[in-house]
Amino acid sequence: MSVTTRGVRSTTLTAGRLPRWAVPAIGVGSLALAYIAVDLATPGSANPGLVVALAFVLHLVGVEVSARAVEGGRQAVDRRAVNLVVGAFLLALVPLVSLLWEAINQGIARLDPQFFTYSMRNVVGAGGGAAHAIAGTLWVTGIATLISVPVGLLTAIYLAEYGRGNRTAKVITFFVDVMTGIPSIVAGLFAYSLMSLLFGPGSVFGFAGSVALAVLMIPVVVRSCEELLRLVPNELREAAYALGVPQWVTILKVVVPTAISGLVSGVILSVARVIGETAPLMIAAGFTASLNNNPLAHPMMTLPVFVYDSIAHPGVDVQPYYDRAWAGALTLIGIVMVLNLVGRLVARRFAPRTGR
Amino acid sequence: MTRPNPTAVDGDPRPGAVAPASVPDPRRPGEAVFRRLATGSGIAILVILALVAAFLLWQGFPALLASPEVLAKQAYGAFGTWVLPYVFGTIWAAVLALAMAVPVSIGIALFISHYAPRRIAQPLGYVIDLLAAVPSVVFGLWGRQVLAGATQPLYEWLNTNLGWFPLFSGQVSTTGRTILTAAIVLAVMVLPIITSLCREVFLQAPRLHEEAALALGATRWEMIRMAVLPFARPGIIAAVMLGLGRALGETMAVAMVLSGGRTITFELLTPDNPNTIAATIAQNFPEAFGLKVNQLIAAGLVLFLVTLAVNMAARWIVARRAEYSGAN
Repeated sequence: MSVTTRGVRSTTLTAGRLPRWAVPAIGVGSLALAYIAVDLATPGSANPGLVVALAFVLHLVGVEVSARAVEGGRQAVDRRAVNLVVGAFLLALVPLVSLLWEAINQGIARLDPQFFTYSMRNVVGAGGGAAHAIAGTLWVTGIATLISVPVGLLTAIYLAEYGRGNRTAKVITFFVDVMTGIPSIVAGLFAYSLMSLLFGPGSVFGFAGSVALAVLMIPVVVRSCEELLRLVPNELREAAYALGVPQWVTILKVVVPTAISGLVSGVILSVARVIGETAPLMIAAGFTASLNNNPLAHPMMTLPVFVYDSIAHPGVDVQPYYDRAWAGALTLIGIVMVLNLVGRLVARRFAPRTGR
Repeated sequence: MTRPNPTAVDGDPRPGAVAPASVPDPRRPGEAVFRRLATGSGIAILVILALVAAFLLWQGFPALLASPEVLAKQAYGAFGTWVLPYVFGTIWAAVLALAMAVPVSIGIALFISHYAPRRIAQPLGYVIDLLAAVPSVVFGLWGRQVLAGATQPLYEWLNTNLGWFPLFSGQVSTTGRTILTAAIVLAVMVLPIITSLCREVFLQAPRLHEEAALALGATRWEMIRMAVLPFARPGIIAAVMLGLGRALGETMAVAMVLSGGRTITFELLTPDNPNTIAATIAQNFPEAFGLKVNQLIAAGLVLFLVTLAVNMAARWIVARRAEYSGAN
């Protein structure tokens, strides 16, 4: 069919089209060609990344040439766009898959009970664990959550219920958005400066880390809670007002309970967002090899800082330090993934009753 | 995640359900207390932001005021000449990262919004969001232990075959831990932010314009170029600027991949790399004392002001066109 219409391809609506199998066939052909070419260039050790990259280029050229010949220039450009867009997506998967693969592959070796029960106190070389860092992460993140949730939720209530579009609310919304962009290390420097003022220079302890994380966490809590509160239908509020219920009781007894699942999920997701922060904790909470369960004195190790420290300051035999770093990274990924999953499940399972 | 219209009636600036009286009833103290509490929290956020600036200024001041001789003796040297290479490194790394991330992000966003089958579009979006969930220290670890080694042969090839090109010239690094590796890691980290914002904007493109373009015989790509991209341009610019803000302030990826110095160079593949402000602070702060702490905090102030300006510009662009309020 395509042969008979080739001559008039650009002037009629039924111009020639490539058959459906053409593009996959070109893809397979490019892959085979790329493999042969790379294998000839470096016999025996063909780099898979190189093969795929070369195959992609060959595929682009192949589709372009055949589409231009059969379908005309406009269709060729359209097909090129499809290839590039799909290519962009596949390209983004490469780091994700590689990162997860390496973390599991290299982290699993030290992901043993000892890793979760031992600290690094008096450990040189192999052995030891991250118990002190895990405890520190729980302390620091927990206190940061205790600070951020009331402030964030109340601000969200102000923005969604009281402020609704007035000038102050607009200014707050703008600066909350700006605050989401504060570099995390700046939050750490802020917490350090604040504690230096209060307790003298060089005050590094768990609570300071919590303050730094709270600065990063509050804007995230505000944004997600505000969005959720705005989803609560106005009929519910009006019904409460009609019964003579004051506004603050309406908010506490009607609006917040309606949106509670979303609020909980928002808080969980914002915890997931800050639990992996490293830079502010290095500065405000410091480094230690020992377990410290007092957030108000002495440095407190956290899991991300543990990973950084293991890599940045390994001992003479680096391998045990690298193994622990990967195990720490894997633990961290696990925590974040679980938090994300729980957050999304809570949001879906107990979706707000919007009356629809 | 478009924000729903808060008003019950379209175009009505006041919400449908405002409490009967704007002045709290004196017989209801609970109302007044709760209202003040909520307002106070909102104001507290503004105060915190102001405090961040104030404390950085206060702690950075000794270094900013000290004479170059004192700084040379007790800290890292005269502030201006000390911080300039790091400012260069910060901007250079961020620009490199964006040059890689922006085209890919727009491609992914288009793939999810206009190319992928409807049913799998959302799960694919989640996959990209997974990248945003990975902690920065893990990216740093991956960049240093995996990516640097994997890209080193590529760098060598670029250096021997394209060494005449200024970016690829110089002595090639044997570890692969160069500014280009750091920029690739940064690009992966800003990718999900730019993608999600672009996706929102692409999805908001007027449906009728798209269908009109298709009805006139446009191919899918022509439709995107005529109906989607012009509409989305301000949103794309805002997304790029938010990505820029993130790339400028990102610490761990650079601190772990690079052992940078204070060279100002555009060469991408050499072992001598410019460091970024954030990474310099992270690498030096734990061992710093006295005036060195003040000088590092002053550098943090510079970083804060730069990212603040970038973020405010981005948010201003977003806020100017309320339709693009999917930003976050």
